[in-house]
Amino acid sequence: MLITKQSSNLAKIIGVVVLLGAVLTGCKSIPENALALKEDSFANRQLQTRKYDTLDEKNLLSASAAVLQDLGYNLDESETALGVLVGSKSRDATDGGQIAAAIFVAALGGGNMAIDERQMIRASIVTRPSVDEGSSLVRVTFQRVVWNTDKVVSRIEAINEQQIYVDFFDRLSKAVFLEGQQI
Amino acid sequence: MKKLGLVVIGLSMAVLAGCGTNVRDQVLDANTGKGQVELRSIQTRAFDTTDKEKTLRTVIATLQDLSFVVDKADLDLGSVSGTKLDGYAVRMTVSVRPRNASQLIVRANAQYNDEPILEPKPYQDFFSALSKALFLDAQAVE
Repeated sequence: MLITKQSSNLAKIIGVVVLLGAVLTGCKSIPENALALKEDSFANRQLQTRKYDTLDEKNLLSASAAVLQDLGYNLDESETALGVLVGSKSRDATDGGQIAAAIFVAALGGGNMAIDERQMIRASIVTRPSVDEGSSLVRVTFQRVVWNTDKVVSRIEAINEQQIYVDFFDRLSKAVFLEGQQI
Repeated sequence: MKKLGLVVIGLSMAVLAGCGTNVRDQVLDANTGKGQVELRSIQTRAFDTTDKEKTLRTVIATLQDLSFVVDKADLDLGSVSGTKLDGYAVRMTVSVRPRNASQLIVRANAQYNDEPILEPKPYQDFFSALSKALFLDAQAVE
């Protein structure tokens, strides 16, 4: 009886600490250097940018819009005067590895573990004239928000996998009949 | 245990009050501890150029360099918004408008998750990156 009472008190205290932690994080301020250029800023720029030998930004943008549609995105915003195109899509986010881990945890009596369920992926494409005459730059960036089976946001991140960008620019190059050059 | 409970409730209320949960305070950001003039000077710089389009395009490129994904852009309005996701969410709007015959004013405001960003440092970092990309000095505005 004594042990149960002690452990229930402990549970209450843990609950309180978790609650306070959650409340305090609500007030937490922005991480140091979140808006400063970092060492990886330039590498990301190279990964996300290609140069095309054309000054026809509108053509690059409409080809980019077509590629986004090919990839299942819906267009949210566009401003051709500034060379901006924004698209997004909702997709399944279940991952075989996580399901296996959840089953393993459940088998060990760990209860129901939340796993990633759905994600919203956003892409934005920006064109601009290059400093090299007669050419334009196209930069695409992807990010995603993932919700788990508890409907809680489990990931919120930029997508910087090299292969995704290589594939994207392969498609864009085919669509504009031009070779995309690394910067 | 009851006493502990009361202490915790009191403490939580104090912390929550610090975050501001009043509707008026939240809608108008009326209780941030920073005056409007002070905030505006933190968030604003002047640049020696009158090329609005080039400035906006450079703002967009700078946001991308800082890992933002552009949400919206409007040349006529002179505004750009973007979101950065990196385990947290930062949303930022930057607007560009003429100040006089030879200068443009660039104003940025941003929020970190559910809180406004009121510290000078993040804005200094942003304007420093923008200034490098524009090859122009970011001048403080009173």
